[in-house]
Amino acid sequence: MRAWGWIRAYAVAVYVFMFAPVAVVLLLAFNSSQFSGFPIEGFSLRWFRRLFENEAIMRAFETSFSLGLLTAACATTLGILASLALVRYRFRGKDWITALLISPVLVPETVLAVGLLIFLRWLSMPRSFLLLLLGHTMIALPFVVLVVQARLVGIRRDYEEAARSLGASPLETFWQITLPLLMPAVFAGALFAFTISFDNITATIFWRPAGTETVPTQIFGMLRNSVSPEINALGFVMIVVTVGVPLAAGALARYFARRRQ
Amino acid sequence: MAQAREIDPRPWYLLSPALLAIALLVVVPMSFILVYSFYENIDLGLDAPAFQFGNWRELLTDGYYHDAIWKTFRLSAIVTVLAAVLGYVPAYFIANTRFRHKWLLLLLLILPFWVSFIIRTLSWIHIMGNQGAINGLLLWLGVIDEPLPMMFNEFAVIVGFIHVFLPYMILNVYVSLEGIDRNLEPAARTLGCTPWQAFLEVTLPLSLPGLAAGCLLVFVLTAGSYVTPLILGGPDDFLFGNLIYDAVLSELNWPMGATLSFALLVLLGVVVVVYSRFMRLNQLSKAFG
Repeated sequence: MRAWGWIRAYAVAVYVFMFAPVAVVLLLAFNSSQFSGFPIEGFSLRWFRRLFENEAIMRAFETSFSLGLLTAACATTLGILASLALVRYRFRGKDWITALLISPVLVPETVLAVGLLIFLRWLSMPRSFLLLLLGHTMIALPFVVLVVQARLVGIRRDYEEAARSLGASPLETFWQITLPLLMPAVFAGALFAFTISFDNITATIFWRPAGTETVPTQIFGMLRNSVSPEINALGFVMIVVTVGVPLAAGALARYFARRRQ
Repeated sequence: MAQAREIDPRPWYLLSPALLAIALLVVVPMSFILVYSFYENIDLGLDAPAFQFGNWRELLTDGYYHDAIWKTFRLSAIVTVLAAVLGYVPAYFIANTRFRHKWLLLLLLILPFWVSFIIRTLSWIHIMGNQGAINGLLLWLGVIDEPLPMMFNEFAVIVGFIHVFLPYMILNVYVSLEGIDRNLEPAARTLGCTPWQAFLEVTLPLSLPGLAAGCLLVFVLTAGSYVTPLILGGPDDFLFGNLIYDAVLSELNWPMGATLSFALLVLLGVVVVVYSRFMRLNQLSKAFG
């Protein structure tokens, strides 16, 4: 059993490797020093104040939020419709269709970005917010399809068939039976799409119109000079948004599910 | 005629929005990349439709590009191997632990996906930079007088890549380890294997599909990136993706950008095809289910 002790120590070390850098950012966000690194001189919220006074960053936040929400709405809608077809119907060429829907995952994002940009150039259309929305939707779609499909397979068709035999129309069946049962998957897919969009930088750098910044491209631009302490505070806020909110949502859902029982 | 009536249109109604999106946003643009790679670059941001192989000739003959391809493959291979070595053991631990809160370990694996990529990448400046945790600690202990230069080199780029892509590796290996029949290793033991032999002869081969899927993902993701070297690397640390970034966003040389993009697509496509000769691609989607 000595070997198992080593395996455990190794695993713990890898977990430390994965989380220590993030923990350091969270910690340094409260450092009162005017430099972004160590040593820590004292506790202060001044960098958060500076962050909220920084108009460029606040604008980037607004852009990222609306982009993320719209991407989640589009990708989830398209993803649910496609997953319904893939799971609930039998038709020829299903494997090919699935492969096609998943294909954006296998193409490097840089190539996807350049391709779409060149297509737009050929159409003589300038970069726009719409391009960002369409692009992010395309990048998020495969993940939504995978998540929703996995969930949909687990929902028994009996409920739908029962509703149909009791006289519900296909549309009614979808709204009253399938969608409520699918809600957890819808939320998971939407959350996934939001995070993918909110976090994307590789393609966004290519697609953003001049003067538009999302939070990641804003940070990327700020890094050119040096790591300013504001970036740590910004990192703190972003981690709270993308980790804290889903965790809280999950915990709340569990709490309510338990109370209902 | 009988066959035509059998085709049910409903799934196609449901699929059409998604298929239309993928066709317009992925398939058509990919063909445009190929067409554009034959165009001629005239001046900054100006190009003319043509059918000539100048861009491709430049790519195939200029040593600068060969260097970048070699660098990209080398770095991706290093990152992949290190991620496999670092990731296998924790995956084995999670799959076999009797720890009551195993879900917590799995949640911690998924958590990094939610933490911003750029924050995770730049956090290494706080660890290995001149004012970083390691140098701060060593200076405070008096081990060194001057900060050790650890940042903005290939090592920092490798660390940054591994940090970001390791969860993909661990998840893929974990999924295949979890699917192995738990009685097999004890069975091998009763037949006289040492624990190490049982692992090598039974568990490791059975977990290879997951390991291979993880390796493919990490390799392809690394080879397609350009942001990490820009943040953590020095001037000499560039990947093939950085050439695309430079061609399109700095030099506004669209035909060359298209040529480089298509070349990257083909090179990584070859990697995926070689992989799928040995492994099944659907292994990749298991980790998401």
